[in-house]
Amino acid sequence: MYKIVKTAKLSENQYDFWIEAPKIAAKTKPGQFIILRTNEEGERIPFTVVETDQDKGLIRFIFQVIGKSTSELALLKAGDSIKDVSGPLGMPTEIENYGTVMIVGGGVGIAVIYPVLRALKEAGNKVITILGAKTADLLILKDECQEYSDELIITTDDGSLGMKGLVTDAMENIIAKNSIDHCWAIGPGIMMKFCTMTAAKHDIPIFVSLNPIMIDGTGMCGCCRVTIDGEIKFVCVDGPEFKGTEVNWKEFLGRMKQYEEEEGVSLTDYQKVQVKDHG
Amino acid sequence: MARKSRTKTPIAEQAPNIRKSNFEEVCLGYTVEEGMEEAVRCLQCKNAPCIANCPVMIDIPGFILAIKDGNMEEAAEILGKYSNLPAICGRVCPQEKQCEEVCKLGMAKNFEPVAIGKLERLVADWALENKDFSKAIQSDTPKIGKIAVIGSGPSGLTVAGDLAKLNYEVTVFEALHEPGGVLTYGIPEFRLPKRIVKKEIESIEALGVKIETNAIIGKTITMDEIIEEFDACYIAVGAGTPNFMGITGTSLNGVYSSSEYLTRINLMHSYEFPKYDTPIKQSKNVVVIGGGNVAMDAARSAKRLGAENVSIVYRRSLEELPARIEEYHHSVEEDIQYYWLTNPVEYLDDGTGNLSGVKCIQMELGEPDDSGRRRPVPIENSEFIIEADTVIEAIGQGSNKVLLSTFPELKLNKWGYIEADPKTGITSIPGVFAGGDIVTGAATVILAMGAGKVAAVEIDKYVKNEKQTPVTTNV
Repeated sequence: MYKIVKTAKLSENQYDFWIEAPKIAAKTKPGQFIILRTNEEGERIPFTVVETDQDKGLIRFIFQVIGKSTSELALLKAGDSIKDVSGPLGMPTEIENYGTVMIVGGGVGIAVIYPVLRALKEAGNKVITILGAKTADLLILKDECQEYSDELIITTDDGSLGMKGLVTDAMENIIAKNSIDHCWAIGPGIMMKFCTMTAAKHDIPIFVSLNPIMIDGTGMCGCCRVTIDGEIKFVCVDGPEFKGTEVNWKEFLGRMKQYEEEEGVSLTDYQKVQVKDHG
Repeated sequence: MARKSRTKTPIAEQAPNIRKSNFEEVCLGYTVEEGMEEAVRCLQCKNAPCIANCPVMIDIPGFILAIKDGNMEEAAEILGKYSNLPAICGRVCPQEKQCEEVCKLGMAKNFEPVAIGKLERLVADWALENKDFSKAIQSDTPKIGKIAVIGSGPSGLTVAGDLAKLNYEVTVFEALHEPGGVLTYGIPEFRLPKRIVKKEIESIEALGVKIETNAIIGKTITMDEIIEEFDACYIAVGAGTPNFMGITGTSLNGVYSSSEYLTRINLMHSYEFPKYDTPIKQSKNVVVIGGGNVAMDAARSAKRLGAENVSIVYRRSLEELPARIEEYHHSVEEDIQYYWLTNPVEYLDDGTGNLSGVKCIQMELGEPDDSGRRRPVPIENSEFIIEADTVIEAIGQGSNKVLLSTFPELKLNKWGYIEADPKTGITSIPGVFAGGDIVTGAATVILAMGAGKVAAVEIDKYVKNEKQTPVTTNV
C-alpha cells in the first residue's frame, strides 16, 4: 500500500497528489512515469511523475478526471492509500544543453512537460515555454513553469488568459523572433501532431511524449505499441518520448479510441452506484 | 499380477457446452478413491523410466504406491521433496511428452499410460486442503545468507522454496502487482485456478520467503544494489516480450498480442468487467495465430468471452502442434475451428482503423528445418480471407529486456537470452545465476522449475564456498 500524504484540487477536474513511494522517488528522472492501481478491482493506469522529494520519499503526480478510475482516485484524501504503484517506468528525457529550447504543454500535459522544462533549464538551456488550456481556470502549474522559463506564453481557447488561440500560433510567433534549437510538445495527441508539423516546417527537431493505452508498463504486452519510423516500438520501454516527425500519428490517434465504448460503460456504471450509495 | 485396466481411470470434467461460457476449471480432478483405483495400474518398475523423463525427477512410483495404500500424507511428503509447485505441474505439464510418454504400461499394446499428472494433481490438491501452513518450521539457526530472486514465476518460486528450506533468507522481487509470473497472467483460470496458484505461493511464503511486488529490477532497484545487498541472486524474469509478425495491419484496433489478451483476462479480470475496471473487446469472430499452449488459451478464452466463431490459424499440421494434446482436445470439444497449414499475410482494415478480416495463405510442408520439423512453405495464389473483428497473435515471446538493458555486464547469447550453464545456472558474473525462459527462451513450467532446482543447489554451494574463503584485506 502506498500512502497519500497530500492532495490538492487544481481546477474543476484536475488533482494534484503526493504519495509515499521512497524507492520510486529515489530513482525517478524527468520524463519517467508510474503505473498505479487504486484498489483490488482497479485497472493499471500510467501517470507521469511531476516531481519527487527524495528526502521524504515522496512522488507527485497530477491527473485529470476523465473516467471511472480517475473519478475514484479523485475521491481519495491525504491518509488514504493506493493499492499498487510501480516505477519509475520508461526512458528518461535526454537532458542536455541544446541552446534555446521551446517547450509546449497543453492541458494536463503541462504536468508532464514541467519536470522536463525544469531539467532543461537546470542544464543551462534558454527555455521559452508555451502553455495552452481551454480556459484560464484549467491552466495548471503556471507559477512553477514561470520560475524555470526565460519566457512564458499562455494561450487559451476562449482568450480568458493570455493570447486567444492555439499553441501552434504561439509557436509560429516565437519561431519568427528566435532561433530555436530543440522543441518539446506534450499534451493531447492531436496537439502534439500539429506541434510536430509546425516544428518540422521550420526544421526544428521536436520530441513528443506519447500516452497510449498501457497495462503492465514493463514491455510484456505490446498494448502501447506505436510505429516509429516504420518500426514497432513499445512506448512503455522505448519511450514515452519519441521524435515527433517519426511517429505514425494516424495509427497512434486511432488506437487511443479502442475502448471508448467500454470506458463509457464503466463510468456510467460507477456513477449509478455512486448516486445510489451517496444520493 | 492383478489385471490392469487398459485405459486411464476416467476423470470428471465440465461438459463442453457448459464450460465454454465460464472460466471455471474444466478438469475436476480425481477423488481419492478414483486416485487409488488409478494408482493400482502403476507397474512399480524398478528402473522407472518415468522418473528420468521428469525434469525434476519426482519419485513417481513412490508417491503412486502411497496413493494406492490410501496414504495421502506420505504421497504429499514424497512429492514435496521434489516439487515446490505440484498442484500446478500436475495441471500444466505436457505429460504426454514427459513422464507419461515413457510409462512402461503405456508402451504395452492397447494400453494407456498411468495418469501420472492427474495423480500428482490429486495429491497436491489434497495437501493444499489439508496442510497447515502455520506449522511451518521457523528455524532458530542463523540464516546462511541472503538471496535475491528476480521474478516470481515458476523458476523463481522454485529456487526461493528450495533455498528457504536450506535456511537462506530469500527475497523474491516481482515487477507486477501479483506474484506467479505466467501462472498468474498467462495460464487461464479454466486450466489453472488462481486460488491454486495463490495457495501454492502461500506455501512457499510459509517457508519464510519474502515476496516484494511492484519491484522492477533495473528500474525500481538496480542490479548494482542487488549485488551489493545480497550474497547471490537468481534471475528468472522469463521471456515476456511479445513478438509480432509485423505484417500489414498489425496496429489496427482489434489486433492483440496473446500476452496482452491473456494479461487483461487473467491478471486484470477483464472477463468480470465492469466489476473489474480493465476492459476487453467483445468479439464476434476471433482468429488466433499460432499452435502452442498460449494459442489454445487465447482461443478458449475468447470463446468464453462470448465470441461466436473462434479459429486457430497454424502454419503446420496437427502432427507438429506444440500444444498439450489435452488442451487441443478440449479446444475442439469447445468448437474452436482449425485452419491447418495456413499463415496470415495481412490484417484488413474496415476503413475506420478497425480489423475486418485476416488474409491468409495456404502452406505445404517442405524439407525439415533445424528443429527437425518440416518447414512450411506458402502455396502461390492460395490466399483467402477469414472474417474477423479480433486477431490474437500467439507466435512466441522474446527475452524480457528491461533488466538486461540496464545490466550490460551480463553476457547474453545470440538470441538475446542470458548465457547460463543449463546444468548449474551459472552466468558470466560470479554470484549471479539465471534460469527458466530467460535462458532457454519460452519453454514449459516444469523446465523452468527444473532449472530452479539445479540453480538452488549451485547457489547454496557458491555461497558456502564464498563465506569460507577468508576475506583478503589490504595489509
